[in-house]
Formats: sequence, C-alpha cells, structure tokens
Amino acid sequence: MTLFIVQALNGIQLGMLLFLIAAGLTLVFGVMKFVNLAHGVQYMIGAYLGVTFAGWAGGFWAGLLLASVVAGAFGLALDVVIYRHLYRRSELDQVLATFGIIITLNEVTRLLWGSNPLDMKMPELLSGSFQLVEGLRYPIYRIAVMAAGLAVAGGLAVVVNRTRVGMLIRAGASNGAMVEGLGVDIGRLFRIVFGMGAMLAGFAGVLAAPLVSVEPGMGDNLLILAFVVIVIGGVGSIRGAFVAACLVGLVDTLGRSLITDLSHAALSATTSARVGPAVASMLIYLVMALILAIRPTGLFPARA
Amino acid sequence: MITRLFGATLLALAAQQGVVSAQTLKIGVIATLSGPQAPLGEQIRDGFQAGIDSLGGKLGGMPVELTVIDDELKPDLAVTKIRGYVEQGKVDFVIGPVFSGIIAPIVKPVTASGAFLISPNAGPSTLAGKGCSPDLFVTSYQNDQPHSVSGQFATDQGYKKVFLIAPNYQAGRDALTGFKSRFKGEVAAEDYVPLTQMDMQSEIAKIADAKPDAVYVFLPGGLGISFVKQYRAAGLEKIPVLSAFTVDESTLPAAGDAAIGFYTGANWAPNMENAASRAFVAAFEAKYKYVPATYAAQAYDTARLIDGAVKMAGGTDHAKLRVALEKAPFESVRGSFRFGANHYPIQDFYLARVAKRPDGKLQTEIQRKVLSSDADPYAVDCKMN
Repeated sequence: MTLFIVQALNGIQLGMLLFLIAAGLTLVFGVMKFVNLAHGVQYMIGAYLGVTFAGWAGGFWAGLLLASVVAGAFGLALDVVIYRHLYRRSELDQVLATFGIIITLNEVTRLLWGSNPLDMKMPELLSGSFQLVEGLRYPIYRIAVMAAGLAVAGGLAVVVNRTRVGMLIRAGASNGAMVEGLGVDIGRLFRIVFGMGAMLAGFAGVLAAPLVSVEPGMGDNLLILAFVVIVIGGVGSIRGAFVAACLVGLVDTLGRSLITDLSHAALSATTSARVGPAVASMLIYLVMALILAIRPTGLFPARA
Repeated sequence: MITRLFGATLLALAAQQGVVSAQTLKIGVIATLSGPQAPLGEQIRDGFQAGIDSLGGKLGGMPVELTVIDDELKPDLAVTKIRGYVEQGKVDFVIGPVFSGIIAPIVKPVTASGAFLISPNAGPSTLAGKGCSPDLFVTSYQNDQPHSVSGQFATDQGYKKVFLIAPNYQAGRDALTGFKSRFKGEVAAEDYVPLTQMDMQSEIAKIADAKPDAVYVFLPGGLGISFVKQYRAAGLEKIPVLSAFTVDESTLPAAGDAAIGFYTGANWAPNMENAASRAFVAAFEAKYKYVPATYAAQAYDTARLIDGAVKMAGGTDHAKLRVALEKAPFESVRGSFRFGANHYPIQDFYLARVAKRPDGKLQTEIQRKVLSSDADPYAVDCKMN
C-alpha cells in the first residue's frame, strides 16, 4: 500500500511535467492547426539554457527565470523565421520540416555544449527530503515540481477563461477562420500562443534538469507522451491536457510498477520478466485507444 | 624526347609513391560519434590517437594514415561506410566499433578485404565462440565479464538478496544473465525498464520496498545518471549499488557527487598502479581535458598492440602479423594481458568505487581484484581454421 502511494506521487509528478509540455503543444495544435514535432526540443533547450544560466548567474533561480524567458524568445524566433511559412502548408510538410528542426537543433546542441550529459544542481532551499515511508525519503524538490505544475495550470485556467486573450484563444481553437473574419490580428494571437507554449516547455526543461540527465535529444521521448496527452485530452483544451497528463503519468508509473507484480503472480519468473515490461510500456497506448474508441475527439474537445 | 622524359618522371614519381605507401600503415577507426552515445565513441577515438601520440606519431616505426568513420550506431550504414573505406585500397587495420550491434555486420567486409578487425570495446559472445575469426581480435573483454565481476563480488560478500535493474533489450538481459552466472544468492527482482525512461523514481520506490542487501544495475548513459542522482536523494545509500557501464568517467561529470561510493566492475581504472597506466592518464588528460574511461584505455592499448605486433612481424605481412598479434607484444595499461585461443583477452577484473580526486574531478578507483586471469566461457567453442 505504501508502495502504491509513493508510485501515485511519482505518477502525478510525471503528469505535471507532461502537462507543462502538453499545454503549449495543445494550444499550438488546436489554435494554429500546426503540427509542431519540434516542441520537445524547446524542453531540451530550456534544460541546457538553465544549466548555462545557472552557472553564469550563480544559482538555480536565476537560471530558471532567464532560461524560461530565453527559451520562449527562441521559440518565438523560430516561429517568425520558419514556422510562419508552414501554417498554410499541408500537415505532411509541417511534420517533415519540424522533424528536420529536431535533428538540426539536437546536433547544434551537441556542437555548442558537447555530447556529454550535463549536471544541474538542485536549489539549496529545496534540496532536502522527508521521511515518506520506512526506509524511503522523498525529495522536497519533487513536491515543488508538482506545486509548480499546479500553479501553472491554475494560472493558465485564469488566462484562458477570464482574459480577453484567453477568450480569443478559445475562439481560435473552435473556429479560427471566424475569429479572423471578425477582425482579430490572428498572426499576433498565434505569436502569443507560440511564445507562451515555448516558454512553458522551456520552464519544464529547467525544472526537470536536476532530476534527469541533461543530454541532446532528451525531449524526443517526452514529445511522444505529450502527443498522447493532447490526443486523450482533446486537441486545444487546457483542461483536457491537465486531466490527460495526470492520467498518463499515473497509468504509466503505476502500470509499470503493478503489472510486473501482477504478471509475477500469474506467470513464471522468467516469463513475467519478459511479459511485464512489454505490457507496461504498451499500457498508455491501450488506454489512449480505449478512450478514443469511446470519445473520438478526446475527453474535453475544444470544438463543440 | 619531352614525352619520354615526362614519362620517365611519372614512372619515377609513381615508384616513389609506391615506396611511401608501402611504408605507411593504413588504419580506419569506426566508432559511434553522433547521437546520445557519442561520448563513448569519442573516448575510443581519443584513446587510439593518444596511443599513436605516445609512440611519436608512428606505429611499428611506420607513419599512420588514419581515417575516422562515424557509424551513427546504424548497422546498415556502418557496413556501407566500412565497405567503401576498405575497397578504396589496401587497409591494414580497422579499429572499432563501440557497440556489439555494429560489430557483427562489419566483421566479414573487413576481414574479407585482408585487413584485421580489432575491437577496442564490443565483445559479443557470438564472435567469441563458434563465430570466432582468425582476423578478429578483441582488446576489451567478452561482454559477460564486466557483469559477472559484480556477481562474484556479491557472492564473496555473502549478499543474500540482490535487486537487479537493466534496460529492456538484449544487452540488458545479457547483463543480468552475466551477473547471475556468478551470484549464488536470491534475486529479489529483475526489473527491466524502457531504454527511453528518464525518471527512475519508480524503481527506487521498489528497491526501498524490497529492502535488498545490494542492488545491481546496468543502466548506460542518461538512465544511469538519473538513477544515481535520484538514489542519493531517496536516502538509500546504505544499500550498496554494484554496476557496470553505469558510473564511469563518461557519465561521472554529469552524475556529480551523488555517484561517490557507487561500485562498478571493470578491467581498468584511472588510478591503476603501473607505469604504463600513469603515463597514459597523464598524457590523455593533458591533451583532451577529461578523465579517460575504460573505452579510452582499451583503445590506447589497441594502438600499442599494433605497434608491438608490426615491430615483431617486421612489416605488414598478414600471416606474420597475425602470429605477432596473438602474442600481444605490448605493455598494457591493465598490467597482465594476453589473448586466449579465440583472440579475446585473458585478464584480471576488479571492483572499482567512485571517488573524488584531490583536484575535484570524479573517477573510478580500484578497490580489490575479483577475478584473476579470467577467460570467457565461450572460448572453448572456438575453432580457428
């Protein structure tokens, strides 16, 4: 039971990280109808900038602030220079171009920072841990990551539901052509959405940096999970992204922990060591298939 | 008259070139130099170059024409590139690769061209037994050995219950099989994680729950870095962690101080007490500004092996070179080193521990010898013809 609680905490924490990445992705995909595979790269850039700025500016907090802002600005620059030209192209063109950007930026990162993974120190304030269960301490930093995710989710909910920009974003997600027809500068709206999404992904990258290995291509695996999240949640919906991110985080973490134990009880040790991990890694995709079979547009479709 | 003179000059030039190329050793290094595993390929490349530099830029007294090839960790691409290279002209040696998935497809193209293939890292069981080749030498180890070191150590320590973690792919399964081959106690769990997993907190919770006497992990690259950082934070440092290819000089700069005290099974460590090793580490760090891992040490040994063999054979005659290579006429940074009948090394293995040097850099340091003159179990199946 205690193991279950620990794993549930881990699941929610993964969910929060996924949400930070998926929030930007779902808005860009929902509002701009733009398939941006290079969104995971923003996460990597955030982590690298975080390490670099923390070194220069002396500390995690300065690194977090500077890296989020610069990652956002970098995303915006990519949008202005490259992505803008892809909006009206077919999805295949968008996928190809943004996939090329993944490869390019991963290698540029390698050129600038080298192939060796980097180390990011936790902030002193949050580096402690507390006794969660007998024999296992839980890092305070992970609780802080959860809190940061929740705070961003709350902030986004206010922006999207209570402000003028949020209203335009919601309108854009449900019918972009109509919003443009009403005289809204859709290009400006797109840039706001894009910059915000890039900044959140960069922010997630800095938050994750002390926990994982900072290396080229670190965003590529998360991107796939982020796409699962936005498809389950409903493209364009922040609320959907939040619920789906928690769901994917929990199913993935608990699934991997419990399925091996379950298969261990049912099968021989060697078979379960083979079957368990295989089923566990499929689990979120099975959940996705199930949800899409029942609700083809996701849990909270933006378009009514 | 002019034509004749011109022709004669050309002939003379050609003859001269022929002489030069006969005196040049043509060597190709194939390693993974892009993608997440690039640091290992860079260690191989730099280690081999350091070996050449240590001998005044020559091997066996001959100047070296060195070509470096990136296999990008793609077997099909490696074959295409290596074919292109060996077909250009007579190649004497191909050094590489890093990964076992690359070596199997390139053995044939290299050896068929008349060159020797010397692997400074990959040592799969398939090429150690029935699939052994007279023109293939491995200067690293057979892949099972670094894992069986920790298995033996766990048995020696009397650990009753050990928790095992490895990535969910063939090398991960082989690693745990290697550990279990010499471990006599109970396996608490065999936990296979996806290669792409970035957070190890879930496995750490399981370890805390299982309360084993020790943990054995094979978590290469980023997986291991995440594990090391999070293991410390979870307060589990009382449970010792044994490993292979998880904490080494390629991952230590990123893992940081959290890695201090982790154990690893290895055939060499930078604090090895012998003159050859001290000279290697000093020269390598001076030139490349990072601490060499076993990959670099094995590549360095490979360069010195070629030097000794060419000298002993008195040139590049293939049959003579093979006889000379088999005698391993060089001083290894590992101290004792010789080849078994399958051209894989017979050497000592140690338990090493991560420690901080006086200059603040992290390195693995030898604690004790675990296996003496260890030969791999596949050698008996090898019939050279």
